[in-house]
Formats: sequence, structure tokens, C-alpha cells
Amino acid sequence: MSLLTIRNLNLSIHNAPILSGVSLHIEPGEIVAVTGESGSGKSMTALAVMQLLPGGSQVSGQIELGDLDVLNAGEDILCGMRGNDVGMVFQEPMTALNPVKTIGDQVAETILIHDAMDRAAAMVRARDVLHRVGLPEDRFPLTRYPHELSGGQRQRVVIAMAIALRPKLLIADEPTTALDVTTQAQILELLKGLVREFGMGMLMITHDLAVVADMADRITVMRHGEVVEAGPTQDLLANMQHPYTKMLFEASGHQVTLPEPPPPAPLLEVRNVVRTYRLPRTALFRPPEHFRAVRDVSLVINRGERVGLVGESGCGKSTLTRAILGLEEVQAGEILLDGEPVFSGQRPNLNVRRKMQVVFQDPFGSFNPRHRVDRLITEPYYLLDNPPTGPARRDAIAEALTAVGLKPDDGQKYIHEFSGGQRQRIAIARALIIRPEMILFDEAVSALDVSVRAQVLDLLADLCRAYNLTYLFISHDLSVVRTVTDRVLVMQAGEIVEQGVTEQVFTTPAHPYTRELIAAAPVLPDLKRAV
Amino acid sequence: MNRNMILGGTLSAVLIAAALLSLVWTPYDYASLDIPNKLQRPDAAHLLGTDHFGRDILSMIMAGARTSLGVALMAVGIGLVFGIPLGLWAAARKGSWVDEFIMRGNDVVFAFPLLAMAILITAVFGPSALNAIIAFGIFNIPVFARTVRGGALSLWEREFILAARVSGKSSLRISFEHILPNLVNLLIVQGTIQFALGIQVEAALSFVGLGVQPPIPSLGRMLADAQTLVTLAPHLAVFPGLAIILIVLGLNLFGDGLRDWLDPRIRVART
Amino acid sequence: MVRYALKRLISLVISLAVASLIIFFVIEIAPGDPASFMLGINAQPDTVAALREELGLDTSKVQRYLNWIGGMLSGDFGTSYTYRTPVAQMITDRLSVSLPLAIYGLLLSTLIGIPAGIFAATRRGRAGDMAVMGATQLGVAVPNFWFAMMLVLLFAIRLGWFGAGGFPGWAKGFWVCIHALTLPAICLALPQAAILARVMRSSLLDVLGEDFMRTARAKGLTLRQAVWRHGVRNAFIPVLTIIGLQIAFLLAGAIIIEQVFYLPGLGRLIFQSINARDLIVVESVVMLLVFSVILVNFLVDLAYAAVDPRLRSRE
Repeated sequence: MSLLTIRNLNLSIHNAPILSGVSLHIEPGEIVAVTGESGSGKSMTALAVMQLLPGGSQVSGQIELGDLDVLNAGEDILCGMRGNDVGMVFQEPMTALNPVKTIGDQVAETILIHDAMDRAAAMVRARDVLHRVGLPEDRFPLTRYPHELSGGQRQRVVIAMAIALRPKLLIADEPTTALDVTTQAQILELLKGLVREFGMGMLMITHDLAVVADMADRITVMRHGEVVEAGPTQDLLANMQHPYTKMLFEASGHQVTLPEPPPPAPLLEVRNVVRTYRLPRTALFRPPEHFRAVRDVSLVINRGERVGLVGESGCGKSTLTRAILGLEEVQAGEILLDGEPVFSGQRPNLNVRRKMQVVFQDPFGSFNPRHRVDRLITEPYYLLDNPPTGPARRDAIAEALTAVGLKPDDGQKYIHEFSGGQRQRIAIARALIIRPEMILFDEAVSALDVSVRAQVLDLLADLCRAYNLTYLFISHDLSVVRTVTDRVLVMQAGEIVEQGVTEQVFTTPAHPYTRELIAAAPVLPDLKRAV
Repeated sequence: MNRNMILGGTLSAVLIAAALLSLVWTPYDYASLDIPNKLQRPDAAHLLGTDHFGRDILSMIMAGARTSLGVALMAVGIGLVFGIPLGLWAAARKGSWVDEFIMRGNDVVFAFPLLAMAILITAVFGPSALNAIIAFGIFNIPVFARTVRGGALSLWEREFILAARVSGKSSLRISFEHILPNLVNLLIVQGTIQFALGIQVEAALSFVGLGVQPPIPSLGRMLADAQTLVTLAPHLAVFPGLAIILIVLGLNLFGDGLRDWLDPRIRVART
Repeated sequence: MVRYALKRLISLVISLAVASLIIFFVIEIAPGDPASFMLGINAQPDTVAALREELGLDTSKVQRYLNWIGGMLSGDFGTSYTYRTPVAQMITDRLSVSLPLAIYGLLLSTLIGIPAGIFAATRRGRAGDMAVMGATQLGVAVPNFWFAMMLVLLFAIRLGWFGAGGFPGWAKGFWVCIHALTLPAICLALPQAAILARVMRSSLLDVLGEDFMRTARAKGLTLRQAVWRHGVRNAFIPVLTIIGLQIAFLLAGAIIIEQVFYLPGLGRLIFQSINARDLIVVESVVMLLVFSVILVNFLVDLAYAAVDPRLRSRE
């Protein structure tokens, strides 16, 4: 008998259809991955198993956990099931834990709520489980609060809570999406080990196909609430049937071809830059300490060159980006664009500013919701002494929108009428409209689904051919950086530890940290060879 | 539109209209004495009865509500005029001495209970409607400054503000072009709440003699006058009180409905 | 933790200093000379001068401010211009009514408001929620002094369960006094309870939407267990702020309510002093009110740290 069987599951929330006819099954000791883009209903499938769906949900079909009929079970039976028979790990470790309770209490609660043992024994078990997930008591006492732990450590606590009673099934909903690659690799390793050790079944929800290929015994691909294709990992990868599956895998490993860069001529020069932040005083009369976010960084970007900047969260890449944009003063060193300093005190130096534009990560927060697109994309005109007006302005708007694959009429619309991918196109149009010398892409494709991301990367390559773009592409996603840059800089703890021609750095990394990063990043299997 | 908004909006619209009507027409002259008809119970001639001088209660309530609305409106105006720039400025210079100074100043003003402020002002300058306006106006400044600063700080974190900065716009320009228009919803809702509070504040201050003085009509003073006669003629106290309740209830319902309608996510300080 | 408390304490002292300066200078710009006022228009100039000296009015402004502050620190609030008795004594007498009244009101509003808010939040959108929310709308809109008049009318005059006003004095026994303060305390508590219920409800609803509540459910807690074990304590953090703010409203409200119930509290003292232009009493009472607000905010800050471990370790 299967551990978990889902048959013909339908779900609607407030009468909006979310899932239709979803079926899958999990055997003990097996890892089944459900994958798909946003809106595919993969997370709702997981919540349906737990019966923790949002209000207004209507479910039909069958979910069987062993011999328990989940959809027809009473709330008390379900409470007995959750945490005891099924454990769950969530996406956001920063918010998944109660901030006012200690980690020991929170892990022990799983045990106590099911009356599995008395309090003293539960604390012992909590200590053992935390030890097993990599938080030994001598370094992480049970009395720690969540805010004293890093994201990866908190995810370990969540995992400890989920497995404290050795459930038969573990559900992991995007368990590593919010984590850095090196942490992701450790957490995935931990989950794999736990499944093996306890003989659990695992339902893994993830959008990351490289993770799927690496972890899963079987794969279920979903789109718009339906299963489009399912099968054992090796078979499915070798022999994809559905065009959507093929498109998804192609888009995940999407490669673009950039034109050859011109011979080097420096455009942006960053020399020995140091950026420090004041920390809150630790004692009343002691001078405040400083955190050095960027330590003595030097780099050059040549005209027409596409440069990548990679590193994990907290490595200082965002701080460096803001400094390059001239938004913040640096404490030492200088940043020159075309020979002029980018920071000029309270009054921005328009001469420098007009040579540089930026595209941000969040396609939803990057625009003032109260302005129309034509006004949004012409905001950089503020930098020009004589911005075009009348017909010239209209033409410029039309050209910019056309260049990014939108229609000139779109200028009359408001930003909420566009999808995430379209918004990133509009953000690129805004950056292009004054023809800057250089564009910074700050995690510009990180929030997009893979298929949309592939389209935006294609657009970038097209624009490189049409406009000879120079850009700095800041990202945590190594596979994207690898395809859209000529040269790459690797940043760790405020310093650039390695730089060089992109392909060279990726194939023969010199610095141990670069090697670690590249080894940790999950990679898609080479599909062409598999076919 | 939602139920609260329609219900509250209608209620406040009717009452505000009645108050404004008193500028041109009331059933009787609210100030004229008619001793023979004093302390009449409500009847056809005097819908809400008469007071101890024979004045028509309905007329007095209409005129008194007008005073309350005026006092509340001006006090909210003072709060907006000073609070908005302070809040915007503090947010634009977050963490600097300017921000620190404005916020500490706010804290100090906030430490004065409204009544303490009114007492202090009245003790020095004597009681008047103007002093009630000033006291509640000063009270409103930190309320709006905090609301604006809080809203502005989260906007400053948004990427569209960074984009405007990359476009070389100064923080003053960004504050008025991007920040303030996105705070209008928040300010309307907070303004409605402070306005409703103002009606109550006027009544309370006038009740204890720190607000509106004769001969200006006032709901709070009507209640103060009614206090000694409450056993003899309860209607003197009941109707002005009901008028205050209905106006405040209407405005608060409207404010709540408006908040849900404009943006369910915005949070408003309710004190 | 100690550092956090120390930092708050310094900010308390600074706030007090600035507030006292404001009060002092507002009183200073009051027109007229207290000494001439006290002695009447027919007073001899040398008598006035003697009184000015006695009251310390002949020294510089800075000196007078320092005297005032120094006096207050040692419990000497000066001498009333009209009664010629120590202000500190007058205030203590009156506080023995106003302070218990405010605390009684706070107790009632907390005991009513918090459970009502939790009740409404856990029944969001259902009849119980609607009823509580409707009641709070009304509670916020009703002026408490008007409500006081209505309660007197009903319970004191019609039903005769309570006296219509007045205060027997603590010498007559604790329960007699509590009985006399019950109606006033209910009036004081009503609008505050309504506000507390609303804040508690919205705060708890926010917390119920947090990820860690879902985590708790995934462990097998029932909704009820999750609300009580994980929801309420987190939801209480913003509610603390409101309880702190309420002290100011309750003290001020007490001053107004005392007028309705003829209670010999701070309210009576302050209105008599305003009418008599006894500014030294006004000055001291206002300072006392401000002090109590700042002190309560300090205590609330400490309470935050007790509830929220993030604050304890940050500072």
C-alpha cells in the first residue's frame, strides 16, 4: 500500500479553481518532487495533504495517508496526524518560527502536543533531534531564540520540529528557496539523509528543476493546477513527452549568445572602496563599532563589456551597487564613471547620473503605482538639460517600448495592468530611454519564473547587439550570470576574491570560495546526452 | 464601497448638512430666550424640547454641532499643515539628527495629555474656542508626523524611490512627487479619525469650561448646563449627547469603511 | 537588558527635562504678577515686594526654574498662591481619589477589552465578531462624561444602587470607597475598553496570518491551542503600547469624570486653581500628569523587553 495517495484532487478557493484532477502517490522511503511555475498549484497540493488550506477552500477527490481518509477525517484526527504522521517544512525560515519562544520549547512542543512523552523526556528528545539536524547543544543551546540564528540554522530548527516524532511522511514546500546556494546544498543533503535514515516518504515542492533532478526519485510537473507529466526522474528527463515540460527544462538552462565585446577601454573605475556602517553602541560610553560591508574593493568595467557580480547574501554586493550608483557615500577610495566621481554630496551630479541607469529585482515595487507607463519610463529625462518634448518625446517612448518588446500604446496604461515579466521589460525601457553608458542589473531576473526569465535574457542579448550595452549584472544565480556576462567578479565578506573571464572562472575556479559556490549550485543534467 | 462606508457616510453627511443648515436656518433662534416655555418636553412645537431658558434644543444642537465641526476641522488642519512636512522631512533624513530631533520633539509633545495641554493653555490665556483648537491642533501634530513618517519610511525602501534617486531627483522633490501622493489614502483615513476625535474633544473641553465660551453655541456646554437639571429634565442631556455619538459614530464608520475600501493593508494609529 | 533599561532611563530624564522647561516657560509668559494678584489691587508696593521675595519671584528666570525643579525633586512643590498651603500636600490629598479611580478604570478596561478582542478575532466575520465590533464602535463614539450622566440617572436616581456622587474618604473603609468609585470607573473604562478590544483584535488577526501560526498548526496544534500558545503573546506587543497610552487618557478622563460625580480629586483642584489663577498649582499638576505619562511609557518599554526577546538582546 502506498504511503500517500492523491486521486483526482480538485480544489477551488472562493470558487476560483486552483487544482483540477491532481493525482500522485508516494511510497515509503521515496522522494517525490512536484514542480512547476508560480500559479501551478504545487504548494496548494501540499497544504491540501495537511488540510491547512486557506478559508473558503472547497476540496473534492481523495487523499489517503496509509488507511486514513484525509478529506473526510475530523479535525481532532487531523490534529493527531499533523506533526505525528506528517511533518512539514516551509519556505521562509525567517518567519516560520515564533519569535518569542526558545527553539528548545518549539521543538519539544511537537512532542508534547501529541502526548508522546513527559516534558523532561521531550526536552531530551528535542536536544537529540536538534543535534541530528546539525545544531549540537554545546553550540546551540535549547534556550536560544530564533532571532539569534541564521536563516539556514532556523530552517534546521523547522526541520527538527517536523521530524521530532519521526513521521512517515515529510512535506517540504520550497525548503531552500530563501537560502544561499551553499546553505541550500547543506539543507538538501540533510533532508536526503533524514529520508534514508528514517525510511520516510518525502513530498518535495520546488520550482528549481536542478534541485528536482538532483533529489527526486519521481517527478510530477504541474501547470495551472493540473499535472502535465509525471514519472520516475531518469525516465522523465530522458524522454519528455509534454511540450510544457520540455519548455520548462529548456528555459531553466537557457543559454544566450552575446556579441563580442569591443577592445577594453575603462568606463567605470572602482578604486580601493571601503563602505562601513555604524553599528548600534554596545555600551553607553564606548564609541560605536563599525561594520565593514565593502572592504577595499577595486574593479574596472570597460566600455561595451558585460560583467557579472556574484556572491551570497550579506557579501556586500548590494552595498557596492548602491555606492556605484552614487546613492551612498563611501568611507575610502573612489568610484569614477568616465573619469568623474559618482558621489557628489547632497546634490547629485547630473552629468554622471545620466550615464548610468539601474534595473531592480522586484517587478512590483519598482514603479510608482500612481503614474502611467509613459511617465514612469521618462523619469530619467529629469537628468537631461533639454529633455525631448511633444512628438520627439512620444517617439522616444514608442522606441523604448518597442525595443523591449512592448507596444507603443502600452505607455498609456498603469503598471498594475502588466505581468511581472512585462514590468521588468518596462524597467529596462526606463533604463534605456536616455541611452546611458552603463546599466546595473540588480538581481533583475531573480523574481521571475524560468520561462519568463529566459525571455528576458533573450531580450538582453538582443539589446546588447542593438545598443552595445555595458552592464554590471549582480546576481546570486550562477547559471544566469554564466550565460549573460563576459567577465565575472566573485564577492565574499566584502571583498572580491576572484575575477576573470566568465567561462574560465566557471570551469577552472582558482579561489576556494568560488570552487565551493560552484560545487554547491545544483546543475541540470545534460539533457541532450540523456536523449 | 462597503457597508460601513455607506452607513457612516450617510450618517455624517446628514448631520453635517444639518449643522451647516444652521448657518442660514434653524427652527427657532438658538439664542433667543422664551422663559414661559422653559423645560418643555419634546413635542410638535419643539421637536427636542426646550432648556431652562426656553431655548429650542434642536436649534441649539444644530448650531452647537457647527461649532464642534469647526473646532475639529481647524485642529485637524493644524495637525496636517505642521505634521506632514515634519513627517516627510524626518523620513527623508532617516537616522540623521534632523530625524532624531523631530521624533524626540514628537515624543515630548505626546507626553502631554491633551487635557494637560488644554489646562496649561487655558490657565495662561483664559478659556476660549481658539485655545481648544490650539490645544487639539498641537496634539494632532505628532499624530500626523508619525503617520507620515511611518508611511514614508516604508515607501523610501521601495525600489521606485531608488529609481527616482538614480534619476537625480532630490529628496525634497521625491518627497512631494512620489511619497506624499502615495500617502494620501493613509492621511484621509487618519484625518477622519482625528476629526471624529476632535468632536469629542471639543465637547469634553467645553463641558469642563476649558473650551467654547458663551454666547457661542456648543454641545459640550449644553451638557454642562444640563448636568444640574438632569433629574428634572433628562432630555436636556440626552439629545446633545446623542448628537455627539451619531456624528462620531458616522465619521468613525466612514473612516473604517474608507480604509478597507482604499487599501486593506494600511495601518492607522488609533488613539 | 540592563543596558536597554539604562538607555530608556536616560531618554526618560531628557523627556522630563524638556517637558518641564516647556511647562515652566508657558507659565512664565502668563500675564500678570502672582503676588499682586494674590494681594488684590489695593496692596501696598512694599507688601507686594515682600510677598514676591517670599515666593521667590524676585530672582532670575533660570534661578526660579532651578528652584522649581530642585523643590520638586525633594518633594517640595511650592506654596499655593491662594490657599497658602504646600502644593504637594494638596496634590497628595486629591491623588488619593484620582489615582485609585484611574487604576480601577485601567483594570476594568483591560479585563473587558482584551478578552473581547481575542473573542472577536477568533470568530472573525461571524456573529460574535460583528457584535463585539459594533459595540466597540459605539463605545468609542460615546463621550464618557455623557455616559456618566446617563449612568447616574439610571443607577443612582432611578434604581438607587449607587450614590449620585461624592466620596466618603478612605477612612470610611475600602469597600465603601470602591463602591463610590465604581460608576466613575465604568465610565472611564468604557471607551478605553472599546479601543483595547479593537487593537487586540486587529493585532491578533495580524499574528494569525503569520507563518509561525501555520507552523504551529502543522505540528498538530488545534486552532485554539495555536492561538493561545503562539498568537496571544505576540499579539500583545502592540497592545502594550495602547495600554501605556491609556494611562494618559484615564488620568485626563478622571479629571473630567470627577466633575460629573462631584469627586474631590485632581479635577476639582485644577479647575479651582485655573479660576483663581493659582498658577503654581496648575504648573505642578500639569507636570505631574506629564511625569506619569513619561513614567508609564518607560515601564511599557521595560514590559516590551520582557515580552519580546529580540529587544532584550538587541541593546
